[in-house]
Amino acid sequence: MSERIYIAGIGIISAIGNNTAECLDALEHERAGMDATKYFSTIHANEIPVAEVKLSNEALSIKAGLPRTSTRTMLLCMIAAQEALKDASIKNIDKLKAGFISASTVGGMDKTEKFFNDSFKKNVAGDLHDVVNHECGMTTEIVAGRLQLNTFNATISTACSSSASSIMFAARLIKAGILDVAVAGGVDALAKFTLNGFNTLLILDAQFCKPFDENRNGLNLGEGAGYVTLVSEKVAATLDKDLYCGLKGYANANDAFHQTASSPDGVGSLLAMQGALNAAGLTANDIDYINLHGTGTFNNDLSEGKAIEKLFHPRYPKMSSTKSFTGHTLGASGSIEAVFSCLTVQHNIIFPNLRLETPMHELPYTVEKKFLTDVPVKNVLSNSFGFGGNCTSLIFSKI
Amino acid sequence: MKAYIRSTSCISPQKSFDHEIFYQQPVEYTNNFLAVIEPDYTSIFDIKQLRRMSRIMRMGLAPAIRSVQEAGLESVDAIITGTAYGCMEESEKFLKKIIELDETMLSPTPFIQSTHNTVGAQIALFLKCHAYNNTFAHRSFSFEHTVIDAMLLLHENKAKHILTGSADEITEFTFGVLQRFGLYKQEPVSNFDLYTSGTRGSIVGEGAAFFVLSNEVSEMNYARIDDLELLQKTNDIPAIQSWMENFLQKNNLTAQDIDLVITGRNGDFRGQKFYDAIEQSVFSHNTIINYKHLCGEYPTSSSFAAWLAANILKMQQLPVCFNKTPDMKQAFKNALIYNFYQGRYHSLILLSAIN
Repeated sequence: MSERIYIAGIGIISAIGNNTAECLDALEHERAGMDATKYFSTIHANEIPVAEVKLSNEALSIKAGLPRTSTRTMLLCMIAAQEALKDASIKNIDKLKAGFISASTVGGMDKTEKFFNDSFKKNVAGDLHDVVNHECGMTTEIVAGRLQLNTFNATISTACSSSASSIMFAARLIKAGILDVAVAGGVDALAKFTLNGFNTLLILDAQFCKPFDENRNGLNLGEGAGYVTLVSEKVAATLDKDLYCGLKGYANANDAFHQTASSPDGVGSLLAMQGALNAAGLTANDIDYINLHGTGTFNNDLSEGKAIEKLFHPRYPKMSSTKSFTGHTLGASGSIEAVFSCLTVQHNIIFPNLRLETPMHELPYTVEKKFLTDVPVKNVLSNSFGFGGNCTSLIFSKI
Repeated sequence: MKAYIRSTSCISPQKSFDHEIFYQQPVEYTNNFLAVIEPDYTSIFDIKQLRRMSRIMRMGLAPAIRSVQEAGLESVDAIITGTAYGCMEESEKFLKKIIELDETMLSPTPFIQSTHNTVGAQIALFLKCHAYNNTFAHRSFSFEHTVIDAMLLLHENKAKHILTGSADEITEFTFGVLQRFGLYKQEPVSNFDLYTSGTRGSIVGEGAAFFVLSNEVSEMNYARIDDLELLQKTNDIPAIQSWMENFLQKNNLTAQDIDLVITGRNGDFRGQKFYDAIEQSVFSHNTIINYKHLCGEYPTSSSFAAWLAANILKMQQLPVCFNKTPDMKQAFKNALIYNFYQGRYHSLILLSAIN
């Protein structure tokens, strides 16, 4: 049992870097990860920018220590989860109840697509190796086994809020005494399935995305993985290193409005943010920075923006959408942004919202355009909202 | 952590939606493919709603909504869904179109209805429920995780009535692929002969079962879930036996206290030794029934077993397909479900009768 939950380690791989240090450097120097695709193949490659991890599967497999035939999802998952676990440098972890709580929206879809192509285009049987790791839970199972995080494993799939939900679930498992340590987060690799899915919904921007801009025109799809190592108070006391922050509050709510669209006044997002504040014992005034869900779609940014107005008016914290760097990494976005939130608390910095030209006319506030240093950041709210109305907000706080 | 089962409903390859399976002989399948028997949905959904629903949405939402109605509730304090495979039919549909049409001219509908949280989200939409909403997609523990999450919420005093359950569907294509993996039998076997088939593989199934779990005592309650424990990775029989003994001990029970053991025996000779071993040791003097000849093998089949157990404990009666044995106890007080999947994902669910 633990009253408080601490973040002892972080790990990330995304279009802006293959580890935490590289990502932080890109954020500081305003380097976005969107580009023409190099490894991901789609007929839309020249029309739609994506935020691809800048390594081939071969290079990823060497980094991950997993077979080259692994799904890209599994390779990304392993690399970021391993970094988060190592970073926490927990002693005698084999004597602790250590678990792995992951998340994904499409699992090993990158390889499944090859299998379907073989089956339905080439009319051959398809190589079973390409589908053996299709299920979302397979990635979790194999990575947990490699990292020896076997006390409790789970996989959550609540669309774009998946990995914020997995961090929340992990924290509750620690609070209940089921785990002492949990590596939690999520992963998704680029896939034709999701790219074409969002494309049919007409919500992919043909330019680099512009979250919270009046003239925003959709999201850029990204890929990556983000994980945090959560520890109980007891484990935290045994560590020789500084903790990043505490996970002080969290809440999950549902918009119950539409399968793919958010309600105009952001009922679900408001409930999630308010719930997280309540759980943390904080008020809106205590929040110094919001890492927005901020996908860049017309619908999300308006809905999220209105909910923020309702909750924060008239005193607005700094805010930005780091999806302007990483693209929307779906099942990984909540935890990638959790890692970024930990970094803002640790370094007292605010990440910019790239490419903002015209603030949204519906909102009485706007997002941060520049990278800021020496800003006291005590409490950060991180939003993750998804299809199916699934909304999760997390609050990371200075210790 | 304990939770009362206030209500439950299930759609399965048997007539379960109105409990017919308790009074009638089961449906026989001879092609290794047990698809759900869809009830007349119009008592729950209107035609317009039904037209817009995918198959897994219908079969998932119907027992979910019926559970909430049967519990006498307008809404719930949380909705937690489990699915190992997600929405297979819609995912396959969209994938095939991507290939066939070379990523052009695609309809968004199958994509929209493909995400793993579709069923959970649609339940929320139907109930206009803004509460906690979660979906687990962790292979054969997907259902068990919904129960653990629900028990945690009850324990945290965050909820009183929680809708939990699972939905998994099978398609012809996925069946073919999984058969190549050796999960299912190569030769046709009747589900009535499943346990004596003695060959490699099982028969495939699918289904959805939902439960309203509550911390409130009520005359309506079916049963109580007293404990649940998971063991993800072992194929060591003595380890499984002592895991079970410890589980009983932790709950202040001995094997004799378990009036009914429900096992996930699935006719695959590779898994038989686990069930044989516990039936010859820990549970050598117990009444044991198997359930997979009714629903087939699929990753979230333990929710069917939980539905079965809850009804048996409430009605104090077995479905007619199970013969009474001389050593069977007069009353069913404690029931234990033991299932595993592909030699992994061992789960124990302990339930008890209300009176």
